[in-house]
Amino acid sequence: MTSQFGLRADELACRRDDRLLFDALGFHAEKGQMLEICGKNGSGKTTLLRLLCGLRQPDEGQIFWRGQNILDDPENYRQTLCYVGHLSGLKADLSPYDNLCAESQLFGVSQDAVEPALQSLGLGREIDIPCHRLSAGQLQRASLARLLVRGADLWILDEPCASLDRDAQLNVQTILENHALAGGTVVFTTHQPIEFKRADVRQLWLSKSPGDAVDA
Amino acid sequence: MRKAFFALLGRDFTLAIRRPGEIVDAWMFFILIVCLFPLGTNPDDGLLTAFAPAIIWIAALLSTLLSLDRIFKSDFLDGSLEQLLLSPQPVAILVFAKVLVHWVSSGLLLILISPLMAIFLGLPTEAIPVLMLSLLLGTPVLSLVGAIAVALTVGLRGAGLLLPLLLLPLYTPVLIFGSHAVQAAATGMSAVGPLYLLGAILLLAVTLAPLAIAASLRISVE
Repeated sequence: MTSQFGLRADELACRRDDRLLFDALGFHAEKGQMLEICGKNGSGKTTLLRLLCGLRQPDEGQIFWRGQNILDDPENYRQTLCYVGHLSGLKADLSPYDNLCAESQLFGVSQDAVEPALQSLGLGREIDIPCHRLSAGQLQRASLARLLVRGADLWILDEPCASLDRDAQLNVQTILENHALAGGTVVFTTHQPIEFKRADVRQLWLSKSPGDAVDA
Repeated sequence: MRKAFFALLGRDFTLAIRRPGEIVDAWMFFILIVCLFPLGTNPDDGLLTAFAPAIIWIAALLSTLLSLDRIFKSDFLDGSLEQLLLSPQPVAILVFAKVLVHWVSSGLLLILISPLMAIFLGLPTEAIPVLMLSLLLGTPVLSLVGAIAVALTVGLRGAGLLLPLLLLPLYTPVLIFGSHAVQAAATGMSAVGPLYLLGAILLLAVTLAPLAIAASLRISVE
């Protein structure tokens, strides 16, 4: 199981409030692959994604990116990673454009991609409206626009299609597939019935009873 | 790295300017506390002047406490803290930018109004430059040390009074040396000693606090 170009997790275990969420969890997602984390509410999907981002440390086990433990060179790892979670990460008093421009400087990437990114998510008209006046779906789109700004290889997405309308869901689906087809890696969770036809999607089921999380 | 620092600085200043109420509240609080003392005592017996340095310094501590929460709270709630921690830049440098914005919008404003407060409490005019200098050295420490405690408690529900309970003991050295410097100047003695000590505390806080804040934030977002 030598995985030089993708994400690999070995023997992960995580406890939350004395409850074992998962244990001995191992999986890998290669370059060009999409990995869907499946499981019921409360089965630890979000926690697993946060482990993969390095926002939380696993109680046991290690995570490797391109064959290197993500703790060895966290700054470099974060450069190749883009996480979109439940929270938008956008300041309510600033417009999506200003938010993403400030963020692109934080990540050391060009601001030129901000406007096209917002446009391709259908926010061309809302580009200069403060985020507190956007609807939940528009906010989610603005949050997803950072994927196109960042130019990261590994996308970690927690319910990217939450509160999006049907068209926007299809749009996001295309964006994710294109990323995978271009050689990126996508790890995501979703409760929407989305069918990815063009990309190589694998599923990982998290189960509540310890030990029987299976790599399907 | 420098670009990221200034980008964050710019963003937070813009945000602070768009919410002027939060800044003005803490500033008015400072002014009101100081103004209540002359009303509650007899201004003629000299006691007020004797207590003036302590009153101004305690008002500065309380007003800082009131405004500390905003350093990380909104970032924690809207998820920008996560993105900040996921950025490839050293987090200690980025949090320094955030603390700097807090200091400019709290401590610096207190320094600007402090001469007026000093006159109001009858502090001798010779002591006013020392008062301003002591605040200039001391209030950044309040912001820096306060940010550590805020970073630790930002994820807690119902933290309420925890922040003042954690911080007021930690603020005592700044209070002691700050008000002693002003007292010395008011009685015609040299204020250099306490000011040097304040400066030393500031240097220590500037170098070590950002690291502690960054580590505390990582614990808080877990």
